[in-house]
Amino acid sequence: MAAINYRSIDVADIELRLLVEAIYLRFHYDFRGYAAASLKRRLGTALIRFGCETLSQLQHRLLHEPAIFPALLDYLTVQVSEMFRDPSYYKALRDEVVPLLRTYPSLKVWVAGCSAGEEVYSLAVLLREEGLLDRTLIYATDINTDALRRAESGVYDLDDLANFTRNHQRSGARSSLSDHYTAAYGRAVFDKSLKKHIVFSDHSLATDSVFAEVHLVSCRNVLIYFDRALQDRALGLFSGALCRKGFLGLGSKESMRFSKHRDDFVDFVPADKIFQRKGDA
Amino acid sequence: MSTRGDKASMRDYASLQGSISAVVFGASAGGIEALSMLLAALPAELPAAVMGVLHLPRDRPSLLVEIFAPMCALPVQEAQDKEHIKPGHVYFAPADYHLLVDTGPSLALSIDEPVNFSRPSIDVLFESAADIYRERLLGIVLTGASQDGAAGLAAIHRLGGRTVVQDPASALVPLMPESARRRSPVDFVLPLEQIADLLQALKHGGAT
Repeated sequence: MAAINYRSIDVADIELRLLVEAIYLRFHYDFRGYAAASLKRRLGTALIRFGCETLSQLQHRLLHEPAIFPALLDYLTVQVSEMFRDPSYYKALRDEVVPLLRTYPSLKVWVAGCSAGEEVYSLAVLLREEGLLDRTLIYATDINTDALRRAESGVYDLDDLANFTRNHQRSGARSSLSDHYTAAYGRAVFDKSLKKHIVFSDHSLATDSVFAEVHLVSCRNVLIYFDRALQDRALGLFSGALCRKGFLGLGSKESMRFSKHRDDFVDFVPADKIFQRKGDA
Repeated sequence: MSTRGDKASMRDYASLQGSISAVVFGASAGGIEALSMLLAALPAELPAAVMGVLHLPRDRPSLLVEIFAPMCALPVQEAQDKEHIKPGHVYFAPADYHLLVDTGPSLALSIDEPVNFSRPSIDVLFESAADIYRERLLGIVLTGASQDGAAGLAAIHRLGGRTVVQDPASALVPLMPESARRRSPVDFVLPLEQIADLLQALKHGGAT
C-alpha cells in the first residue's frame, strides 16, 4: 500500500515537470519556477475542466490541440483580485509614498502581474485623487494576453463594486469611486481618462528583462506563486527597474527575507510591505 | 463519546508516536474554544510541526497568534510564505490567504479563489499537506458549521495518513466533524479531552 503511494507521488511529480517543460517548449511560457503546491492545485482544477485523468493526458491534448492553451493559461495565471485589496497598503502609499512621488516632474509606475487590472485601476484612481495622474505613466504587465485585454477593457461586475467601494473608502479616498466609472447593464466601466495613462503590455518576470526606469513598482501576491529562485529573479528586475530611492510594494504576506536582493532595499512602511530602493546602485 | 474503548485508544495513540511529522487541524465556528484547549495541551517536546486553519472574517488581520501564543508551550506563528516548516512550531493560516504545504517541506500562501466559501480553506491545507507528508501526517477536523475539511481529511486517509474527527456530540457546532466522518473512514472520533491525550502521546517517550 505504502509502496504504491510512493510510486504514485513520484509519477505525479514527473508528470508535473514534464507538463511544465512541454508548455515551455511549445508555448514559451515558463512555469518551471512556480511554487509546486499552488500549481498542482490549479492543474487539478484544470484536469476536471478538460476532462483529463492525469497530467500526462493533459500534456498530450495540449501538444496536439494547442488551441486549448489559452484556456489552460487562465487556470494557471489568473488571480481574481479586488480593487484596493488591503486598504491600509493604499493608505500607506497615499500618506507616505505620494509626498515623495510629488517631487518628481514625471512619474512611471510598474504594476507587475496585473492580471485583470484591479490593482492598476486602484493605483490610477489614487494617483488621480492625489493630483499626480496627469504626469504619470503606468505600465501594467502580465504574461496572460487575454487577461491583459480584459484589464485594458476596465470592465468589472457591478456586484463587485460594493466591496471595491468599501475598500476604496478605507484607503483614505478623496473622491467617490463611482466618479471614475460608468455603470450600465450590470457592469462598471472605468474611465478612458484613467486608461490613457496606462500601457498594458505582455511581460514575463520569468523570462523577460527590465524595460524602463520607474519610480514605483507594485507587485502584490504574485511572488507567493513563485519558488525562491524565481522570486529572486523578479526582485532583481524590480531592483534594476527602480530609480534611486524608488519604491516597491509587495503583498501583505510577502517578504524579501530569503532574497539576495534584500540589501538593495530598506524598509519604508514595513507593516504594509513597502520598501525603498537604496540610493546607490 | 469515543468510538473506541479508552484502553484501545491509548494503545492506538502509542502507535502514532514517532510516526507523525506533521499535524494539521481545521476549525470553524466554535474553534477558538476548541483550540484553546488543544493548543494548551500540546507538549513542549512535540516532534511534529502543527499547521492550522481557523475560518475567520476576511477583512481583518488575524489575532490568532496573540490569542494562542500565551497558552501554548510551543512557538505559535502566523505562516509566512516560503518559510521552512520546523517541528515543534505551530503555524496559523493568515486571514484571507490559503495556506499550503510545499516541497521542502515549506509553507506557501495563495490568494486563489475561496474553496467551500472559505479562504483560508481547510481542504487546501489538508490536501497539500497530504501530498507532501503522506503517511506521516495526522489531520484533525474540529467544530464548525461548514463542510470544509471533509475532502481534505479524505485525501489524508487516501495517502496513508491518520485522521481524527472531533466527536460531533461534543462539538459546539457538529456539522463540520459530521461531514468529515461521513466522507471517508476516520481513525479516531474523539471528544476534545481525548484529542489532547492523543497529541500528548506524539511526544518523544509518548503517553505515560
